[in-house]
Amino acid sequence: MIVAEQKPLDEIKGLIAEAEKVLVLGCGTCVTVCFAGGEKEAGILATSLRMASKIDGQPKDVTHTTVQRQCEWEYLDAVADQIREADIVVSVGCGIGVQAVVERFPEVWVVPGLNTSFMGLPTEQGVWEERCAACGSCILGLTGGICPIARCAKQLLNGPCGGSQNGVCEISKELPCAWQLIYDRLKSQNRLHLITQIQPPKDWSKSRDGGPRRITREDLRLAAEASE
Amino acid sequence: MSGEHLNGYKAGSHLERVLRAGHFAVTAELGPPQAADGDVIRKKAALLKGYCDAANITDNQTAIVRMSSIGAGAIALQEGLEPVIQMTCRDRNRLAMQSDLLGASALGMRNVLCLTGDHQSFGNHPTAKNVHDLDSVQLVQMVVGMRDKKAFQCGEEIKGAEPRFFVGAAANPFGDPFEWRPYRLGKKVEAGADFIQTQLIYNIERFAEFMENVRRLGLHQRVYLLAGIGPLKSPGMAKYMRDQVPGMDMPNELVDRMTQAAEGIDKEDKKARAAAWRDEGVRIAIEQINQLRKIEGVAGVHIMAIEWEEAVKLLVEGAGLYPRPEPASIPEADAGLTHE
Repeated sequence: MIVAEQKPLDEIKGLIAEAEKVLVLGCGTCVTVCFAGGEKEAGILATSLRMASKIDGQPKDVTHTTVQRQCEWEYLDAVADQIREADIVVSVGCGIGVQAVVERFPEVWVVPGLNTSFMGLPTEQGVWEERCAACGSCILGLTGGICPIARCAKQLLNGPCGGSQNGVCEISKELPCAWQLIYDRLKSQNRLHLITQIQPPKDWSKSRDGGPRRITREDLRLAAEASE
Repeated sequence: MSGEHLNGYKAGSHLERVLRAGHFAVTAELGPPQAADGDVIRKKAALLKGYCDAANITDNQTAIVRMSSIGAGAIALQEGLEPVIQMTCRDRNRLAMQSDLLGASALGMRNVLCLTGDHQSFGNHPTAKNVHDLDSVQLVQMVVGMRDKKAFQCGEEIKGAEPRFFVGAAANPFGDPFEWRPYRLGKKVEAGADFIQTQLIYNIERFAEFMENVRRLGLHQRVYLLAGIGPLKSPGMAKYMRDQVPGMDMPNELVDRMTQAAEGIDKEDKKARAAAWRDEGVRIAIEQINQLRKIEGVAGVHIMAIEWEEAVKLLVEGAGLYPRPEPASIPEADAGLTHE
């Protein structure tokens, strides 16, 4: 899932300072599951902003609503009236959600209520960890299913740097060394030969370095056209 | 310079010639200043010249901005000290690295050490973006490919003089997973590394164990391995290395020896205590050099006397490694002789 966390209230207050009618727009997908921008969090944020604006002596009209998925326009269309009526929309979806609203409603002013952090999973109640960096050319088949691009602080492809000790990364004792994890897993499976070969330089053009990415599926496009 | 004139040498650096002649090599370290002050390099070079075969010029060590390794290396060359250019993967992508290598070669530098680089969170720009376009193994491969295949990393031919470096890489015998370290070293050798400099060694016994595994893989016959030595300045430094530095193995015994060195000296006499500690640090380092020399596969030592360049002379003389050898210069090219 996409994992995000709410921006500090003061920062959001600054973003909406000039507006009177504010809509906090939640999303029912990833950010609901990570307790950052679902129905509940959108409601709490709306209440907080309303109270804060009262205390500041300039009460704002703050409402909230939540759609099932902010990253698909058809769900946004269902709340089009509320979006258009507001002076400002605080999207508590991920960065994709914010931009989906912007693209669908070019005349509306939209600001983010969250910092979108990473793609990851909950490893225990209240803890989320990054697992995928969307590099565009997956090597998990060579590394025992543990990603050195997302999980090694230096994105190393040929084994651990000199800073790996007692299973943790040199940058933090809280951070497992990805290459220690890879080593342990491959060793337990008798597959260490997978990492004795030199991995060549990575093709970063498949990653964000190649510019914003786009996938076109002609099979799906043709089907869509045929049905029109 | 073209390889055909090197009579079998890969780059013909002084360091390469010392090692090829079978001498026990000594390299040292020169840390550039955090300023555009060339005199700092000149002063340090004067302390090192004659006591080592080449000196590593660090590359933004511990992720702190310093004068560039190649810039400082050019000054070292002017002073008659052969530099080993350190290059980390943290700050440059493959384009910047290759262009810097061309420049360094044109300036007459002949050794390069390929490193991953300390994480930027340790340094003075912790909010910087790191690069790691290549890792250190891939960097070795690239530098070797530019030299031996006359090709850029993309495969394009280098039309004109190719950069010729004696290529080094680092090894941390004490990093984890311990049993994997010789294999990681093996990858660097496979990538084409000519020499290896290790992380600071204090636990000789554990290092000997590492070397046993290195020999089992036959790596000592394919690469020159220089063991890392660092004279201790104080018990505080020893404790810091034991407790705070990732990938360091500092035995308690050495911490105790350093502590005991100043016993009986008045606590107020800070100067005398510091001198006693430094004397003991030098003594320990000399003992260690003598122990390391006996380990099969150790071709030399790499002395890292951080901000204590004066110590290099004491260690080299104390270990009987002075004067440094003057290996034969590269003979004129004979017809039919080509580089390896």
